[in-house]
Amino acid sequence: MSDRPVADAGKDQPGRNLPPLRLHVPEPRFRPGDHADFSDFAIPPAGAMPRPDEAAAAESFRELAYGLVRVLDEDGQAVGPWDPKLPPETLLKMLRSMALTRAFDARMFRAQRQGKTSFYMKSTGEEAVSIGAALALARDDMCFPSYRQQGILIARDWPLIDMMNQIYSNKGDRLKGRQLPIMYSAREASFFSISGNLTTQYPQAVGWAMASAARGDSRIAATWCGEGSTAEGDFHSACTFASVYRAPVIMNIVNNQWAISSFSGFAGAEATTFAARAIGYGIAGLRVDGNDALAVYAATRWAADRARANGGPTLIEHFTYRVEGHSTSDDPIAYRSADEASHWPLGDPIARLKQHCIRLGIWDEERHAAMDKELAETVRDAARAAEKNGILGHGLHHPMETMFQDVFEEMPWHLKEQQQKMLDEWKAAGL
Amino acid sequence: MNMIQAINSALDVMMERDPDVVVMGEDVGFFGGVFRATAGLQQKYGKNRVFDTPITECGIIGVAVGMGAYGLRPVPEIQFADYIYPALDQLVSEAARLRYRSAGEYIAPLTVRSPFGGGIFGGQTHSQSPEGIFTHVSGVKTVIPSTPYDAKGLLIAAIEDNDPVIFFEPKRIYNGPFDGHYDTPARSWAGHPQAQVPAGYYRVPLGAARVARAGEALTILCYGTMVHVVENTTAELAIDAEILDLRTLVPLDIDAIERSVKKTGRCLIVHEATRTSGFGAELLALVQERCFYHLEAPIERVTGFDTPYPHSLEWAYFPGPVRIGEAIKKIMRD
Repeated sequence: MSDRPVADAGKDQPGRNLPPLRLHVPEPRFRPGDHADFSDFAIPPAGAMPRPDEAAAAESFRELAYGLVRVLDEDGQAVGPWDPKLPPETLLKMLRSMALTRAFDARMFRAQRQGKTSFYMKSTGEEAVSIGAALALARDDMCFPSYRQQGILIARDWPLIDMMNQIYSNKGDRLKGRQLPIMYSAREASFFSISGNLTTQYPQAVGWAMASAARGDSRIAATWCGEGSTAEGDFHSACTFASVYRAPVIMNIVNNQWAISSFSGFAGAEATTFAARAIGYGIAGLRVDGNDALAVYAATRWAADRARANGGPTLIEHFTYRVEGHSTSDDPIAYRSADEASHWPLGDPIARLKQHCIRLGIWDEERHAAMDKELAETVRDAARAAEKNGILGHGLHHPMETMFQDVFEEMPWHLKEQQQKMLDEWKAAGL
Repeated sequence: MNMIQAINSALDVMMERDPDVVVMGEDVGFFGGVFRATAGLQQKYGKNRVFDTPITECGIIGVAVGMGAYGLRPVPEIQFADYIYPALDQLVSEAARLRYRSAGEYIAPLTVRSPFGGGIFGGQTHSQSPEGIFTHVSGVKTVIPSTPYDAKGLLIAAIEDNDPVIFFEPKRIYNGPFDGHYDTPARSWAGHPQAQVPAGYYRVPLGAARVARAGEALTILCYGTMVHVVENTTAELAIDAEILDLRTLVPLDIDAIERSVKKTGRCLIVHEATRTSGFGAELLALVQERCFYHLEAPIERVTGFDTPYPHSLEWAYFPGPVRIGEAIKKIMRD
């Protein structure tokens, strides 16, 4: 029962000795025209976080959920208990996959600007998140990605031309031109069909993992979403299911600070970390330097081992930065400081791993430059081959009637009728 | 068997035959479901195949889609069709489109069971008939049985189907047919010819209507509880109606509809769901397109009104004998 006199409702509350309520609407630190200054960003030191046993109770993860697991220090040395101590060939494979992803992104972004396709999304600055994880998983562990984990396919050596055929919606497109560019599906790479609807893949990954467990399989599932997408209801239901059934799943949150134009504060980042959400669900939560490929690898490997030992799910927040616009349809100049990316305190994931490899004596600048050149040529050659299958709008697409296939396993009468009508109309129009 | 027992039997038969079939939903496990449809299944097949879920419809369907991608054949239950809306994104954007968008790489062979329909004083959130939402979605099949025999045979066919199926169970007729006279004692399925249900495996194919009554005067298109209300109303009026129980709305048995309306020249469409953009509008359009020169009167629709489902005024809302009777008289006059 309110103690407020009815007569006072809607007025300036005379007689009440309380300050007016205020609505808090988050605001990012830097807007266009501002000079981005992260000098007050206290970079947690590499090697400082403890590495608990894979069987540790979920409730003991508070420090890891609010801290930041980092392996590579400012000098490019791998330090601390999370150092995965990878052999040189794995480190170089990781470096190469990241560089290839960046070269692929650059080429496909340009292809969109040249009008060869309608749409593209880069993952610049976030290459370590997908590639570090993919290399830490078994090849037949099932991935339920969002749209910015093309690095998984590249780390799994999926043919570039196949990805490009999809982007060009051409006659070589395995998805028959039905899907927006970059919404890949690659069952043979254990890469789930990407949906435009955010976070729907989260409960699906949990369900896949539950099925694997119910069947006594040894495969696990991993899924990815952005920090903005954690606000979706599917995120909550997935965490609840994962916790309730102790599903063998790794749930990755790629916190790249931006959901199109909305900074992470609109997903709740002002109040807590995203990894900390795990604590309330009784899930192990790790917060990781997402620009440190070794930290991503180590955390994923840890979570995979935990899942395979029936220790249950892990939620990993990858703290990173979306260097480019959200997509080819987005111009970040309109909502954030232009120099934010170059001032980002956790650096560039490729540069950091390269520095580490050079320091180990297994790599050098000359080899790196030669690799970049070779990868650019590889991507160029794949693009030329894909373009022979057609580019968007140039007619080399799948036949029109294929539009009606695969809605159902067998085409029902009403789709057959619509298909025939369409063909008849085109024919009657002399086309 | 009553309809609950028939559904339980279908689940039992399919779980026995196919180790990929799993049953999941709120209260379906240990307890056996709030309507008893899954009674005994967990005890028989174990918790890995029949399990209770958290109360999150989007989670239930999302998890089922993931299980389908793994290779299982999930049969999730949504406790009431009125509560299917939180799962719409997973059903419409994911399950319905998975085969199409992946060009067949991944499929969603789910059968979503859900009690639906009114006539039980369920008020606004235990009475709805949302089939029109799903018939509008490409990639899902919508099935509604009206008898125990069909409930079992259609459910088996739905579970075996490799496409996602929305299986709406008219809860008003779970325990007995309903003639629309709410003020007379409830009847049981005992003695009803369609309640003779074989114990073992059989299928009623999806996409095939059933002629519930053959006749010449007019064609009545209906499904679910309304089949019984229509049967009784036409009997009381002594009208020689041909009653088609559609059974599957998508894919629809258009041949049976066309054949019947061309024979009778008159058509009435009856459903409990609200009128505007309801499935009746699609039926009306199809009949008009295909049977125009055979029609001797305008096609009529008797449906729920375009209001939320009311509690105390249920019998004014429900398309019962009075409203159906008046529509039949009008069609026969025209």
